[in-house]
Amino acid sequence: VKETSGQYRQGGARSALVTGCVLAIRAFAAPASSPTSIFAPLSTPAQSIFDLSIFVLIVTGAIFIVVFSLLAYAVVKFRKRGADTSEPAQVYGSSQVELAWTVIPILIVVVLFLATARVIAGIQNAPRPGNALEVTVIGHQFWWEYRYPSLKVVTANELHLPVGEPAFLTLLSADTDHSFWVPRLGGKTDLIPNHPNSMWMDPRETGLYLGQCAQYCGTQHAKMLLRVYVQSREDFDRWIRDQSQPAFVGVSDGQRIFEGLSCVNCHTVTGTLAKGRFGPDLTHLMSRETIASGAAPNTRENLRRWMRDPGVIKPGSKMPAMGLTDLELDALTAYLETLR
Amino acid sequence: MSTNSVAWPIPDAAPRPLVEQLHGWVTTVDHKRLGILYIVYALLFLVIGGVEATIMRIQLMRPQNDFVSPQVFNRMFTMHGTTMIFFVAMPLVFGFGNYLVPLMIGARDMAFPRLNAFSFWMTAFGGLLLYFSFIGGDGLYGAGNAPDVGWFAYAPLTSQTFSRGHSTDFWILSLLVSGFGSVGTAINIIATILSMRCPGMTLGRMPLLAWLNLTMAGLVILAVSPLTAAQAMLLIDRYLGAHFFDTQAGGSAVIWMHFFWIFGHPEVYVLVIPAFAFASEIIPVFSRKPIFGYPVMVAATLCIGFIGMSVWAHHMFTVGMSAGANTFFVLSTMAIAVPTGIKIFNWLATMWGGQIHFKTPMLFCAGFLFQFLIAGLTGIMLSVAPFNWQLGSSYFVVAHFHYVIVGGILFTTFGAFYYWFPKMSGRMYNEALGKLHFWLFFIGFHLTFDFMHIPGILGMPRRIYTYEPGRGWELWNVIVTIGAFFQAAGILIFVANLVWSYFKGSLAGSDPWDAWTLEWSTTSPPPSYNFAKLPEVKSRRPLWDLKHPEDPDWRYE
Repeated sequence: VKETSGQYRQGGARSALVTGCVLAIRAFAAPASSPTSIFAPLSTPAQSIFDLSIFVLIVTGAIFIVVFSLLAYAVVKFRKRGADTSEPAQVYGSSQVELAWTVIPILIVVVLFLATARVIAGIQNAPRPGNALEVTVIGHQFWWEYRYPSLKVVTANELHLPVGEPAFLTLLSADTDHSFWVPRLGGKTDLIPNHPNSMWMDPRETGLYLGQCAQYCGTQHAKMLLRVYVQSREDFDRWIRDQSQPAFVGVSDGQRIFEGLSCVNCHTVTGTLAKGRFGPDLTHLMSRETIASGAAPNTRENLRRWMRDPGVIKPGSKMPAMGLTDLELDALTAYLETLR
Repeated sequence: MSTNSVAWPIPDAAPRPLVEQLHGWVTTVDHKRLGILYIVYALLFLVIGGVEATIMRIQLMRPQNDFVSPQVFNRMFTMHGTTMIFFVAMPLVFGFGNYLVPLMIGARDMAFPRLNAFSFWMTAFGGLLLYFSFIGGDGLYGAGNAPDVGWFAYAPLTSQTFSRGHSTDFWILSLLVSGFGSVGTAINIIATILSMRCPGMTLGRMPLLAWLNLTMAGLVILAVSPLTAAQAMLLIDRYLGAHFFDTQAGGSAVIWMHFFWIFGHPEVYVLVIPAFAFASEIIPVFSRKPIFGYPVMVAATLCIGFIGMSVWAHHMFTVGMSAGANTFFVLSTMAIAVPTGIKIFNWLATMWGGQIHFKTPMLFCAGFLFQFLIAGLTGIMLSVAPFNWQLGSSYFVVAHFHYVIVGGILFTTFGAFYYWFPKMSGRMYNEALGKLHFWLFFIGFHLTFDFMHIPGILGMPRRIYTYEPGRGWELWNVIVTIGAFFQAAGILIFVANLVWSYFKGSLAGSDPWDAWTLEWSTTSPPPSYNFAKLPEVKSRRPLWDLKHPEDPDWRYE
């Protein structure tokens, strides 16, 4: 019995070891598998943070190895064995040793501090080029408003930037604290009411970059997702041109319902009666891939579901359920689908 | 009257009725009973806070889970944080401080016994107020029950506009009330240490635990007062129309952050310094050597206390401070690594060349050394402001501070439980169950908090009730949740061990560990007057001198 339990134990230890190794490999490979890894930087500020992080990881890793080895050695070597009850030599201290482990850490701190101070200045005090794209980001419970003041474009939830060009974001909040965090493009900066902040990024590759609000802002903090579309200059210019057009104005039942209900108190559709600013601008709603700040794909079914009761997709959303009939929902969905 | 009748005060008197015994506990001003009240109260809240954590972990086990609603999840993390800091960690610190400081400095009680009782009951009342919010929080608005603003309650989420009902009021009042209790106990500890030491116990001969508690108490007075002030301001904002933090009327959300963190960061040291104190008592006794570099340990402690007051804004690297301010707080935060490192090296040197007995208290202290090393190193990463812009407010931070609070503070506190349980109860705990508790908790701790760093690196922010699939976070969240159940099992074993040993454990005797400080010179449990005759000490290890008259410490100090 003893032998089998020993074998079992050995087998258990082996499988635990294997699992441990697999997990360790997964852990090191993890940054490659995630669209929001801080270790896959694609802009200048994110890259300089990454380089500094690697330096810090090497220094702290070395400290860990040294101190952990000392601890492991002490635990193994000086553990009590046998029945020897005599007291070991009583040592009270040593000034030389104390001095050594005071001075060496001070030197390490100085090096880390200088490396850090350089990167802080490099990112925070970077000069703003004259041609930099200006975007104002306004955090709302629980969505993002983007305004391009010099281009006269207003949109929501999906930020578009040209590749390879610096974009300077002015960060404001309409209500509570939020934080703008797209890990591959840079660190996070908070959006605080009455306290304008700024940050910059110059994405190196085209594509979609994900992130989300990183400062607790209320019930739906979790579904305040960030989507940044980095496009070639031509695609970006085309997008700006499209967004600058007024909305399609036709005559439809849906539009009459939209303008007759309180929808217009919160939403804007340029060129119509709808001029509210509490909710997202809907002028070019159908140019966006998602609704509800990235919480659901922008499909007809989801639009209808959202208008019937926003709480189904985002419980705690500030948009009320309007108690619409099926006919009204059909008409409204049809109207929204014309907002291209 | 014969001398006999004084020495034998009728041992087998009939036990007093239960009601009378309970009345005795409620009206007690004995520092040992108040200490135990603090500790039992903290254990109760530890279980409640643990249940809240488990609810969150079940919810996060898979993406888009709907175990609880976002509203409930937000209440859970607010209550978990508030409970664990203010109604578990603080009472544990004060409980052990209360129990041990007078015994270890050879005093018969605290300096102000009635202030002591008052402080405990204020703290207890604060905890009740917080949990009463589950019943009274929605007020007339029907606006939810328990507070859901997060444990650091950033403005303006706490204003009337965003937090209707009374949940935030209960949060404010409970911290206000327990804050008075904390300051009262801090004053008491300082007064006791400065004026109640037994003959011969100079400051330089105090056990390290007393030095560390003195520093802790000083920090409490400096740190809790701004928090209390901020709570009063917030209450005035909410009910008397002031605009300190009301951003819609020109108030400042950032001022709240400063107020909160100038409390919040020293608070970390308020909790960790007593944990250092436990390690500084347990490691020498189980290594059979005096603490290495006593004067340096004292200096490092004071240094941590001093620098600890100037690092608070490293919690605010992402709120848009100037490059100059960020750089200052990087330097002050990194500087604190030096005295902390000195402490770790001194503990290691204490073990070096010793005869280490791996009884349960020492196991927990060894775990503490290992985990606190890692916690310190992730702390250095977070002190690097640009790295913090990525890691801040993510699960990496959550993993880091749980490494400090659970891996550091709770581990040494468990060590302290096992070490002083024989003194407090008069009975030994069960060693096998103690070791089982250690290993279950150690495994659970590492499953949960090692793997919790990874989703943070992969962009998972804290305080989200659910997340999207496909971010690479799923596997890690499953492992983290599994670890939580191991920890819960460890806690169950721990509580079972305490209860079983209290009734059935073998008698401990006054000095089961062959230790050196004064609390082991009196009976277990000590009489209400602690020492029949006040002891007189000549060195830092009075019981060593007593046991080794041929080789006393005072020859070397």
